[in-house]
Amino acid sequence: MNIPNTTLSIYELTLYIQQMFSLDYRLRDLWVEGEVSNYKRYPSGHAYFTLKDDRSQLKCVMWKANVTRQTYTPRDGDRVRAHGNVDVYADNGVYQLYADTMQPTGIGNLYQQFERLKAQLQAEGLFDAEHKRPLPAHPRLIGVVTSPGAAAFQDIQNVLRRRYPLARVLLSATLVQGDSAPPQIAAAIRALSDHGQADVILVARGGGSIEDLWAFNDERVARAVYESAIPVVTGVGHETDFTIVDFVSDLRAPTPSAGAELITPDIEDLHAGIDDLKMALADAILTRIENERIAVTGLRRAMRHLSPRLRVQNSRQRLDELNTRLVAAMQRQSSRSRERLGSQRRALEAANPANILARGYAIVTRVGDGKRLSNAVDAAPGTNITVQLHTGQLKAIVKERTLDDSTPA
Amino acid sequence: MTTPLPPDLTFEQAYQELESIVTRLEAGNLSLDDSLQLYERGQALAAWCDDQLNAAELRVSQLSEDGEIVDLE
Repeated sequence: MNIPNTTLSIYELTLYIQQMFSLDYRLRDLWVEGEVSNYKRYPSGHAYFTLKDDRSQLKCVMWKANVTRQTYTPRDGDRVRAHGNVDVYADNGVYQLYADTMQPTGIGNLYQQFERLKAQLQAEGLFDAEHKRPLPAHPRLIGVVTSPGAAAFQDIQNVLRRRYPLARVLLSATLVQGDSAPPQIAAAIRALSDHGQADVILVARGGGSIEDLWAFNDERVARAVYESAIPVVTGVGHETDFTIVDFVSDLRAPTPSAGAELITPDIEDLHAGIDDLKMALADAILTRIENERIAVTGLRRAMRHLSPRLRVQNSRQRLDELNTRLVAAMQRQSSRSRERLGSQRRALEAANPANILARGYAIVTRVGDGKRLSNAVDAAPGTNITVQLHTGQLKAIVKERTLDDSTPA
Repeated sequence: MTTPLPPDLTFEQAYQELESIVTRLEAGNLSLDDSLQLYERGQALAAWCDDQLNAAELRVSQLSEDGEIVDLE
């Protein structure tokens, strides 16, 4: 087989095609209408985007000079009319529109759909603040609605592992983009809601184009979120992406990772919280005990004043005093008695007849009746008498008597 | 004597009970006996919470189509 000598290099072919494009009158100056997608302005100042309709896509470039001249900045989903020329970009071998100007032609289809659904659901009250439920402070089981293979699911697990490993993740797997995604996402949310054990549901999808996220602007998904028996947090796309489910959910997180953070406490905070509580606990009981001690001290002081012991002590002291006085009185009394007794005894001694007899006196009694004689009248001569001396007796007979004048007859 | 911690205690329950115990103790209107009992229970709860946090490891499972929980990994 001959290799024809007209064999071209890729570059030569590309240049040839480029030339064909430039020769075409229509491609040098045209208007094209479509929906803006993936509009990005690079640091260089040039803008790159895609224009599309429901059947085809067209790559577009707008150089910095033209971008800065634009008064209208397109957003993804906008329907626009763009003017420029179509040429081949040789490096990549692609044709693209080099746009020099662009005008909105009313609201783009997707955007229109979005606005229409948003207005409808809002009117129905699906976004109302009173439907927003509080999230559990310490979720045990976290339902996650996402694609198991997606980076978003890994991000969520990483955040939870670091922040709140006490939790358990319950994945309800679903596609997150494409035409079959919306019913799947809705079913995955319902499955968790019906299962009923999750404390919170995180509906998540990583960043992407507006088309990639479109499943989350679906009415079926929005209603599944609204009807969930379990609070739903959405983390779809990036910070700037708002989807319909974000308005319906109980809380919107800017990203899947942020969603995982918003539904969990941080373990560091929990550690600190427990430490604080431990300290407060110790403080409280020490204060309580100290108060008790103060109260007891106060009571003891009060008791001392009221105590019967004090009265007993007082009484005892008084008793002691009385006792002392009593003893003293008794002593005085008894010494006085002793004195009196002594003098009486002395008087008595003095009166003792025996003592009198010892001094030479005698007791004379009449024999017969034993009458003690103190008067001579009682003893006529011849009377037998007994003379009692200090020692011994005499028996005698009265021989003679003399009566005194004083003697009573 | 304090009531033993129930086996199905959750972290949230334990943490909340701990908070409420501190609040009640701080109010200071309980008998000394009750205060001491609460204090002991609070200590047990705090230790339990610490243990939970230190031992925790994230578990990942999947909800199967028939509504069962299936462990992943």
